[in-house]
Amino acid sequence: MDWNFKEGFPIYKQIVDQMSQFIASGAIKPGGRLASVRELALDAGVNPNTMQRALSELERHGLLHSERTSGRFITDDENVLKKLRSDLSMGYIEEFFINLEKLGLTNEEIVWAVTDYAKQIAVKKGE
Amino acid sequence: MGVIECRDLTRKFGRTDALDSVNLSIESGRIVGLLGPNGAGKTTMIKIANGLLKPTSGILTIAGNKPGKETKAVTAYLPDREFLPGYMKVKEIVNMYSDFFGDFRRDKAEDMLAELGIDPGKRFKNLSKGNREKVQLIMVMSREAEVYFLDEPIAGVDPAARDYILHVIISNYNENAAVVISTHLIEDVENILDEVVFIRNGRIVLHDNADDLRAERGKSIDKIFREDFKWQADL
Repeated sequence: MDWNFKEGFPIYKQIVDQMSQFIASGAIKPGGRLASVRELALDAGVNPNTMQRALSELERHGLLHSERTSGRFITDDENVLKKLRSDLSMGYIEEFFINLEKLGLTNEEIVWAVTDYAKQIAVKKGE
Repeated sequence: MGVIECRDLTRKFGRTDALDSVNLSIESGRIVGLLGPNGAGKTTMIKIANGLLKPTSGILTIAGNKPGKETKAVTAYLPDREFLPGYMKVKEIVNMYSDFFGDFRRDKAEDMLAELGIDPGKRFKNLSKGNREKVQLIMVMSREAEVYFLDEPIAGVDPAARDYILHVIISNYNENAAVVISTHLIEDVENILDEVVFIRNGRIVLHDNADDLRAERGKSIDKIFREDFKWQADL
C-alpha cells in the first residue's frame, strides 16, 4: 500500500483515513483478508501499537471485522461501503468549499465554477 | 509499575550532574524514544541500566531488580559504539551470543545474516562499517528480551541502512518488551515510537504519547523537539 504521512497529525488517525480511502476505492478488496498487524506496521513504517489502534478504530467504524481464528477482514457490506464513499465525498467537498471560501468565492460562485469546470471537462473528453 | 523504573536517579561526574533526580516509568510493550541533544544524559542513563555505571544516588530497576546478573539475562543492549571483538568470525559471534544468552534465537540471527549475504566465516573486523553495524543490531535484536536498549542505532548511517535498521527493530522485538531508543535524529525514528521522553541537562522535561503530542501541538515530534530545545548549541 502507498502510505503517505503528513507532519503534525496523529499517525493512527492518518492510517484510519488512508485505509478508509484504500477500502472505498477498492485498492484493498472488500471481503479480503488483511495482513497481520506487524506486517501492516512494517509496510507503513510505523509502530505496531499505532497500527493496532488504527485497526481497532476501523473496526468500530464497521470497515473491518475480526474473526477469532482466521484474522481480520475488510467489510463487504455494500451499505457500509456506500456510506463510506459518501462520507469521504462529503469530506472532500467540505475541504474544497473551505479552500474556495478562503479565496473569497460565495457559495453560488463555487457552484457556478464547478458547473463550468464540468462542462469544460466534458468538451475535452468529447474531442 | 513499569518494567523500567527510575527514582530520583542521579549521576554526577565531578560537579556536573549527568542525571539529576530522574523519575521515569516505562511500561512493557512500548517503543520509547529517549530524545535529547548530545550530552543530555541519554547514554549515562542507558549505561546505568546496563550496569556499566553506578548511580551517585537514587535507583534504577529493570523488572524490579537493580542492574546485575538477573537484569542482564533479560536486557538486550546495543551500545553507541562498536562492541563486538574484531578478531572473531561472524559465526563465532553467533556461538558466543548463543552461549551467553538463553533467550538468543540463533535461527533468527542466521536468517538475517543470510538475507544480507554476510559470510559467517568472515572476521568481524573485515566487514564493511555498514555491515558491522547491522551484525551488532542483528545480535541484539535476535534475543527475546524483556527490555531492549538501543543507544543511537541510526547515527551516521545512510537512509537505506536506516530503513533496514528500523525494519529489523519492528519485525523482531518481542511484543511484550519495552524498547528504548536513544537518538538525536528524531525525524528518522519518530513514526515508530509509542512514547517520547525529552531529556535535557540530565532532567526529564517531557514524557508523553507520541500521537497525543502531535495532536496537542499540531506538529511533528521533530519540530516540537527543535522548538523546545532551541538555543542548545549542539543541535
